[in-house]
Amino acid sequence: MPADSGPAVSGPDSRGPDSTGAISRDEVAHLARLARLAVTDDELDVFAGQLDVILGAVARVGEVAAEDIPPTSHAVPLQNVFRPDVRRPGLSQEQTLACAPAAEEGRFRVPRILGEEQ
Amino acid sequence: MTTTAPALVDFDDVLARYEPTLGLEVHVELSTATKMFCGCPTDFGAEPNTQVCPTCLGLPGSLPVVNQAAVEAAIRIGLALNCSIAPWGRFARKNYFYPDMPKNFQTSQYDEPIAVNGWMDVQLEDGEVVRVGIERAHMEEDTGKSLHVGGADGRIHGAEYSLLDYNRAGVPLIEIVTKMIPDTGARAPEVARAYVTQLRDLIKSLGVSDVRMDQGSMRCDVNLSLSPTGSGVLGTRTETKNVNSLRSVERAVRFEMQRQAGVLDGGGSIVQETRHFEEQSGSTRPGRRKETSEDYRYFPEPDLVPIAPSAEWVEELRGTLPELPWEHRKRIQEAWGLSDEELRDLVNAGALELIEATVAEGAPAGEARSWWVAYLAQQANMRGVELADLPITPAQVARVIALVAAGDLNNKLARQVVDGVLAGEGEPDEVVEKRGLKVVSDDGALIAAVDEALAAQPDVVEKIKGGKVQAAGAIVGAVMKATKGQADAKRVRELIIERCS
Amino acid sequence: MSDLTRLTAAELATRIHTGDVSAVEAAQAHLDRIAEVDGEVHAFLHVGAEAALANAALVDEAIKAGTAPASPLAGVPLALKDVFTTVDMPTTCGSKMLEGWRPPYDATLTARLRAAGITIMGKTNMDEFAMGSSTEHSAYGPTRNPWDLSRIPGGSGGGSAAALAAFEAPLAIGTDTGGSIRQPAAVTGTVGVKPTYGGVSRYGLVACASSLDQGGPCARTVLDAALLHEVIAGHDPLDSTSIDAPVPAVVEAARIGAQGDLSGVRIGVVRELGGEGYQPGVRASFDAALRRLEKLGAEIVEVSCPHFEYGLAAYYLILPSEVSSNLARFDAMRYGLRVDKGASAEEVMAATREAGFGPEAKRRIILGTYALSSGYYDAYYGQAQKVRTLISRDFAAAFEQADVLVSPTAPTTAFPIGEKVDDPLAMYLNDLATIPTNLAGVAGMSVPSGLAEEDGLPVGLQVMAPALGEAVMYRVGAAFEAARDADEGGPLIARVPEVAK
Repeated sequence: MPADSGPAVSGPDSRGPDSTGAISRDEVAHLARLARLAVTDDELDVFAGQLDVILGAVARVGEVAAEDIPPTSHAVPLQNVFRPDVRRPGLSQEQTLACAPAAEEGRFRVPRILGEEQ
Repeated sequence: MTTTAPALVDFDDVLARYEPTLGLEVHVELSTATKMFCGCPTDFGAEPNTQVCPTCLGLPGSLPVVNQAAVEAAIRIGLALNCSIAPWGRFARKNYFYPDMPKNFQTSQYDEPIAVNGWMDVQLEDGEVVRVGIERAHMEEDTGKSLHVGGADGRIHGAEYSLLDYNRAGVPLIEIVTKMIPDTGARAPEVARAYVTQLRDLIKSLGVSDVRMDQGSMRCDVNLSLSPTGSGVLGTRTETKNVNSLRSVERAVRFEMQRQAGVLDGGGSIVQETRHFEEQSGSTRPGRRKETSEDYRYFPEPDLVPIAPSAEWVEELRGTLPELPWEHRKRIQEAWGLSDEELRDLVNAGALELIEATVAEGAPAGEARSWWVAYLAQQANMRGVELADLPITPAQVARVIALVAAGDLNNKLARQVVDGVLAGEGEPDEVVEKRGLKVVSDDGALIAAVDEALAAQPDVVEKIKGGKVQAAGAIVGAVMKATKGQADAKRVRELIIERCS
Repeated sequence: MSDLTRLTAAELATRIHTGDVSAVEAAQAHLDRIAEVDGEVHAFLHVGAEAALANAALVDEAIKAGTAPASPLAGVPLALKDVFTTVDMPTTCGSKMLEGWRPPYDATLTARLRAAGITIMGKTNMDEFAMGSSTEHSAYGPTRNPWDLSRIPGGSGGGSAAALAAFEAPLAIGTDTGGSIRQPAAVTGTVGVKPTYGGVSRYGLVACASSLDQGGPCARTVLDAALLHEVIAGHDPLDSTSIDAPVPAVVEAARIGAQGDLSGVRIGVVRELGGEGYQPGVRASFDAALRRLEKLGAEIVEVSCPHFEYGLAAYYLILPSEVSSNLARFDAMRYGLRVDKGASAEEVMAATREAGFGPEAKRRIILGTYALSSGYYDAYYGQAQKVRTLISRDFAAAFEQADVLVSPTAPTTAFPIGEKVDDPLAMYLNDLATIPTNLAGVAGMSVPSGLAEEDGLPVGLQVMAPALGEAVMYRVGAAFEAARDADEGGPLIARVPEVAK
């Protein structure tokens, strides 16, 4: 997406792909939290090392001079694919809840939600 | 929050020291037959999880396909708001985890909205016009609904668990974002309300949403900041969510102005945060603080291809735009010869469209107006419902008016017919039939009643014979009473004069 | 072993349709074979014997009634990668997260197989959510390569490829995100095709990386793959990225190719795909393949695709980014695994995702979360998307000079189970030659080119064609296959050792 998809890389904490030691253990822990993965300490150690190596390798994309090159988000250049505003049969409540870990009163039952709606 | 909040500042004092800057984000649920990305219905109030399919449930393997009607609605809204329509744009994924969002990302036009850079002229009560800039209007999908069980009032705090219904998940939403609205001063609350009101009317006139704030098909977030007067420095803004009525829009702006001024006066600073409007107290409270700042990790939605509206398509849609509601009103005002005040009353009572519809069904404007603002408004009031929600249609009202004009009903009977319709007894003609309400103008029946009344009041007969025709009123009254109001009063008077001459 | 399991799909279909063999016998023969060898090979995660026999019985009934077969492959058994939804069988994607999940809907591809009367034998093993090159990342244990049970069958579609090589089915379905059809085909001596992106519907294909994933046919011969290709390909209104164009006539092309004349066909050798990093036996087999293609009349030219060397890096940014978003939906709320550890939805989500995903899935989720983070987006994801453009341009330029491009499919033959499982980067290198086609959305296939001298294991020749240029690709593949089989006295697959029990 265009440049305003987030703050530009700047400031003392930012590390572009050119820097050595691409990712720290703390950063991996933060990313795991963002991704809702309750990783163990052992996993953190392993992943931090592996991701560092992988990031070192994939950072090669930065070597390509591509300033004026448009990004490709879709492999095939289709556009304006629409469907008519016509109803299609969906699932019944029974089918919908058949795979639910828990259900009540026709709804999915989930543990209490802490966060606010966005 | 452990610290007590600073006291609210008197509204006039706020204005003495600060200038408010407004921003409004309005979400409108489209009333398309199907959802944004799948063929499920969008009806409000269905049994939970009965309007769902693999796509809007986010089941593994499911894919979205864009609803063309939603795109057309978005373009029409954009055009009505004087926006430019983007010639090319993609949907993006906004990634965050929340149980009411089945994919844990929201598909939304993020930085490539379909409509940008427009405006709307908002008219205030006194006729002043404020031009509100429109930053963008973009398409996205709604979330499901959660029901919090075990806490007080179904609120999220203290709940033991939650129940999720995904009927609403995937319903098309258009988010309309204003540019910053500066320099409104004391009128900020009024401008906010007038903008939302006018936007609601506009979208309603486009026929793309029922824009019911009470049902959540129109929702408003209020952004507000204060800057010290004359400083030229923009203050930190808060975003107040959950503002679910026009009145609340006004109250939320007013409250935030007073609250923020209190914080600033006390030497504090405004925290950029999301706040929630409390309908009962008319106040705002802070949302839950997040442990980490949100990072939505937007990226172009690979499952959807770009939307590139051609100029021809956009122009075709422009051709479908109706007369703007405020222009329409002006025309009606002139046609019906209404004063500004009369027009405003009609608009505020929600009667204008109903009267117009009644006129469209053949009723004269004067009568149509009189029925809706008098008797029917009274009935709505008694029932505690909006005028439009009375169980009577403009066509039915027009029929009653026609029956009166034909002399089949008098006004008293007409009201009884309307009562019958409101009571669900059927069409006006059926009510007349069933209740036997037709005016009696058959001479045979009337002459007997007239003669009876004349015989009972020989003194009045003498007076009439003596030339005091106005004395006939007493006999008319007696006949009407005897016929339970069903006699044709005009004919009764004629008969009386005849019999006494 | 029954002879029926040794037949090609085309041969078996002919025998079924002529009434020589019943579809039930064909299904039973393969069920017996599965029972016999799958304990060792572990190609299948689920075998649907009852449904398979029921389908076969329907085919037999139709044939007895004199009805034309539903498709040229009606009654032929097929092994379906466990990444396509099926209403009558679980769909697990090789993950604990979806253990036992019964989708309420069929993938479009599944529905097309059923409509074609193809007998779906069961669901095949795969790396979890199609992430891996060895099938060792399946939560249900690795699949073994029938050529050498101590070695990997490739991945992620190792189950489908191994099922073919072990004669458990003559047809299979795979998905190819970066080589998951072609690399397993190469290391098992079978044929695998990644169609043009958008050629085969992804509706009901549980997404790995949406902009790269493509379902495709797997078989033991090029003709069989072509027959299956025509069953599964074609426009699907439920997939926005599905191409609305006629399916290339690949069966006809394969038949023409098998006649052995490639004169007039220009074959480009991609300079950047070969040489260093490729096992000597793989290089030798590739060189021999080029000589054979030349002998068939093709013109061999060298082409350069300078940005291919960045393909792997771009791929391992784009893929994890999309994966991190696609796998967010597995959150224990609506389906699949729920680990009730913690009092809140947030805690249960995190605990479930920790328990339900294997290490490779977690690595890629974290990597993708990183690459999409604000501040890193432009340097990683954004830059990778630009490299993607450059790779597409390389292809476009190369296809100006050549009708198809060729390279070894994989840099090595099948490696021992366990050798690379803890070294992600070494594992990723297996996809070096296959990744560019996915990034550009063009078509690719792997046909057996021979056995590597040093280990006697199969090597694959990759043939790549422009978008919707599958016909020439099948023609070249079929010509090569026919010539190789003629020169070597029979198909390579005939040399697979009998599975040791």
